[in-house]
Amino acid sequence: MQPISKNLHRRGESWIEKGLAFCAALFVIVIAIITIFIFARGLPILLKVGVADFLFNTDWRPTSNSFGIGTMLVGSLVVTTASLLWAVPLGIMTAIFMAEVAPPRASRWLGALVELLAGIPSVVYGFVGLVLIVPFIRNYLGGNGLSVLAGAIILGIMILPTIINISRDAIRAVPKEYKEGSLALGATHYQSIRRVILPAARSGIITAVVLGMGRAIGETMAVVMVTGNSPIIPAGVLSPVRTMTSNIVLEMGYAAGDHQAALFATGVVLFVFIVILNLVVNMSLKAGAANGRR
Amino acid sequence: MAGASGKDKLLTGIFWLAGIFIVLILAGIIGYVLFRGASSLSLDFILQPPSRAGRLGGISTTIVGTVYLTLLALLAAVPVGVGSAIYLEEYAHSRSRFAKLVNLTAETLAGIPSIVFGLFGFVFFVIFLGMGWSVLSGGLTMAIMILPTITRTAQEAILAVAGEYRENSLALGASRWQTVRRVILPSALPGIVTGIILSIGRAVGETAAIILTAGSSLGMPVSPMDPARTMSVHLYIMAMEGISTERAFGTACLIVVLIVIINYLANLSLSRLTKAMR
Repeated sequence: MQPISKNLHRRGESWIEKGLAFCAALFVIVIAIITIFIFARGLPILLKVGVADFLFNTDWRPTSNSFGIGTMLVGSLVVTTASLLWAVPLGIMTAIFMAEVAPPRASRWLGALVELLAGIPSVVYGFVGLVLIVPFIRNYLGGNGLSVLAGAIILGIMILPTIINISRDAIRAVPKEYKEGSLALGATHYQSIRRVILPAARSGIITAVVLGMGRAIGETMAVVMVTGNSPIIPAGVLSPVRTMTSNIVLEMGYAAGDHQAALFATGVVLFVFIVILNLVVNMSLKAGAANGRR
Repeated sequence: MAGASGKDKLLTGIFWLAGIFIVLILAGIIGYVLFRGASSLSLDFILQPPSRAGRLGGISTTIVGTVYLTLLALLAAVPVGVGSAIYLEEYAHSRSRFAKLVNLTAETLAGIPSIVFGLFGFVFFVIFLGMGWSVLSGGLTMAIMILPTITRTAQEAILAVAGEYRENSLALGASRWQTVRRVILPSALPGIVTGIILSIGRAVGETAAIILTAGSSLGMPVSPMDPARTMSVHLYIMAMEGISTERAFGTACLIVVLIVIINYLANLSLSRLTKAMR
């Protein structure tokens, strides 16, 4: 009896292992299916129009078969850059504060609050932007309030958690001896932070910025609610703007045929961009790890 | 020397200001939504279905839609996510090509913008598999989106289980699966629950992907093949089409309260995990 049951048992074990392996394999399968389906719907029109024309032509008139997302590409880049301009310095400063300046209790509390900031849905950010920031800009700065500036403020808040968390971890990962050595040589705490800790944490901080940028480029709901969505190249920070993501969510509801395909092609552009960003980050992280080992 | 310490004090002050500014942003957003939305919240608002496109009535159907869609997403994602975490940490060699590939795809999946998931869910579930705009299409799209979170937190939790537990169990003659089921999973449970709680938060707040896959019908979803509108989609439509600012505030308030509770629970289960490890 014993050997047979043991045999059965072993067979069950091997089935379980196969099932678990299949679960893991599903990740690869899912990403393959996503790639295939998005590309199958978007790539033909991208090739028909021509990649360069599609990206840089500013003429988006889907009804007369003119598909250039240049305006929206510029829109995405402008809003993203503007959000990074203030969120990166504030985020890195907060990360230094949490890792080096604040007492541990305050740092823990702030960490929990940053998690909460990350948990608030983008539609809520968009709504707050719409009812709070947009009227403020309209009343005190001019324009109708729906603007690059409103988008940059809201997007910046949304990417702060990414920048803070990853930079903080990078700063904390710097070996203690570096700082101690610097202090022992007579440097002040802040000199050590600037000359020793930040340079040592550089690759992690760059990762934080790159991932924050990826998040900003891909963000949709908050941006669509506060930027006015006029398909024009913005003339200034108070000008309305339409991003690639906004264009997709605004037009998917009624688009058909080539128009819908062009929206999928925009999705292909976003997808390729984000995947490249991720691979770059992965490689720079590995390079950073190799540096640390040396 | 005095000059240097004066400069240090100034820098300390500036760094404190950065931290305080973050707190003020968060407090401002949450405080404002709660302050303006609390008056709209009532039992009727939660229990009554919307009428006249949301101008009147409550948001009951969108609450049901949110819960329904989230449950379907968890039903699909939790077994797969935890299963792959077990495989990656307990069966595969972490340096094997396969494990590296899965970890890389999980990271990539986590970085893809939700609007791209929405496009995919639309062309794959809604059109190709013929599920239409439905709770099922939305739930499965959502499942893919939360899969990386569930797997990563489960992986970390399993990794944190002390090696001796594992070795003792194997030494006592338990098989690998018995060890996983009796020793590893019970110890890793708080971490796994944390991942699930965080995923619920993500599902409650997701909008772009849901609007393209579940639709925006205000009817009560009964079958998984029915279209549905979630609270977040409702908030978007109410605000963008200027249907009712007051009801939009009520919806936003309810979402924020849920997110705060979800975050608190996630922290709680996480601190229980770290306490257990000590």
